[in-house]
Amino acid sequence: MEFSGKAHKFGNDVNTDYIISGKYKFKTLDMKELAKHVMEDLDPDFYEKVSSGDFIVGGSNFGCGSSREQAPLAIKYADVSAVLAKSFARIFYRNAINTGLPVVECDTDQIDQGDEIVVDLAAGVINNKTKGNTIPIKPLPAVMIKILNDGGLAAHFRKFGGFNFG
Amino acid sequence: MGQTIIEKILSSHCGQTARANEIVVARVDYVMGQDGTAPLAINAFNDMNGKEVFDHEKVAFVIDHSAPSPNEGVSALHKLMREFVREKMFRLYDIGEGVCHQLIPESGEVGPGSLVIGADSHTCTYGALNAFSTGVGSTDLAGGLISGQMWFKVPETFKFVCNGTLPPGVFSKDLILYLIGDVTADGATYMAAEYVGEAIAALSQEARFTIANMAIEMGAKAGLMEADDKTYDWLRRFTKREFTQVVADGDAIYAKVREYDVSKLEPQVAKPHKVDNVAPVGDVAGKPIQQALLGTCTNGRLEDLRIAAGILANRKVHPDVRMIVAPASRRIFLDAMAEGIIQTLVESGAAIVTPGCGPCVGTHNGVPSDGETVISTANRNFKGRMGNSNAEIFLASPATVAASALTGKITDPREFI
Repeated sequence: MEFSGKAHKFGNDVNTDYIISGKYKFKTLDMKELAKHVMEDLDPDFYEKVSSGDFIVGGSNFGCGSSREQAPLAIKYADVSAVLAKSFARIFYRNAINTGLPVVECDTDQIDQGDEIVVDLAAGVINNKTKGNTIPIKPLPAVMIKILNDGGLAAHFRKFGGFNFG
Repeated sequence: MGQTIIEKILSSHCGQTARANEIVVARVDYVMGQDGTAPLAINAFNDMNGKEVFDHEKVAFVIDHSAPSPNEGVSALHKLMREFVREKMFRLYDIGEGVCHQLIPESGEVGPGSLVIGADSHTCTYGALNAFSTGVGSTDLAGGLISGQMWFKVPETFKFVCNGTLPPGVFSKDLILYLIGDVTADGATYMAAEYVGEAIAALSQEARFTIANMAIEMGAKAGLMEADDKTYDWLRRFTKREFTQVVADGDAIYAKVREYDVSKLEPQVAKPHKVDNVAPVGDVAGKPIQQALLGTCTNGRLEDLRIAAGILANRKVHPDVRMIVAPASRRIFLDAMAEGIIQTLVESGAAIVTPGCGPCVGTHNGVPSDGETVISTANRNFKGRMGNSNAEIFLASPATVAASALTGKITDPREFI
């Protein structure tokens, strides 16, 4: 899988309240509606600025805080193709894989706001076209590759009726 | 080679000897969802072709985060939960019963050695009962509901050794805020925290829940403690079930160990807008506040209400402050009434809201206005957390919140103890 788009840079400890605020998420299961408010408390115009295929680029501990799965879903429904960060909080990381949002651990210090980048998940590398350099991707654990390849955890369950990592 | 508490609990639930960093599929003893996460889990359950829950007695939904419903959108999702529970025949805790993280321990279903998943990040609270309990998202929750299993990466353990005696006016909330400030918001990411030492042993069971509850704020997957007589005395109020405690081996391997002497600890606050932005209360004392919140899964227990009532008795909340109290469960509400605590709080000027999450997640019950400052006993002070990104939230102990409500500014509670 290869994605290309523009980087939208954020700092460390981006929590799930910032990704989608509690004041919206309790009201609806319409993820397209929630997507309009994605990252709103950090950048009120984010949804207007982001183009289909773009990337959210964070620092360390991306997705900390609450377990709300609306966070990766709101990002996905805003047509963001992947989230890149130095590290992820564990519940967000699981939720993203389960729902099919690619999450990429890499050295995001080598990416600046507005950089044009290409993420090649199969090759495990990011090409920063603006800077002309490449950044290696930390591989996903095997169990998560299995879930992703099955099309998310729901599809994995449809296929096997439960967890099957044998 | 010895094992940590979490390695032992996972071993007993996956049929093999679990070691840190291995992937295991483990049997779960209890599965919980709440109104912020269960509706999406119902969608995922259907998407997975789920038919029945794995065990009617080991599953519960709790309507606590936005309860009673403040608008028709929330009402529709609550209705979806009620219909699902009726159809699948398991336990629903509806509005007014309390916060999930008080209700599940009160159910008596969880104790030493249990393995619990909950679709709420503060599910780590039951670690104070020597259980491995952790937060998951809605799709994982649906997988747990169907299969009674969950996959885990066995975490490494970060041991916090807390020696000494907490001084008067300094509580378990101050201790956990201090620890989070020390190791930061991702200091224990992917790890289990074990809290040990004489300062932990000296705490009441209720005070221990406060520490385990906030393990997630240092990124931890679990916040574990050993069980002792206090743990079993607390459990016996709710169940006759027998639980066998899980103790770490003497030669267990820890990724990190940090030792603290709590004897000189001062009351702490977490300043806006991060939980690890921690300072002694003296650093911010005198800052005017407009709202004070006592409650939540962190500090809405009987002991917390009692501490606040002790400070507020025969005094009045400052006229510029709205004081909101949300007991963590109906049982706590009733116990607090029987003890006269609610009478004291109401006479002092506090507004009591439905047992549940109260205004903690910004959906109802006290959304602050632009430019306002809130002092709260909750566990998160993120910008916008209480529904307004132009307000500031300081986190503190029930004593600091009560003292600040009296004076109208952030106040060291030791002035009143």
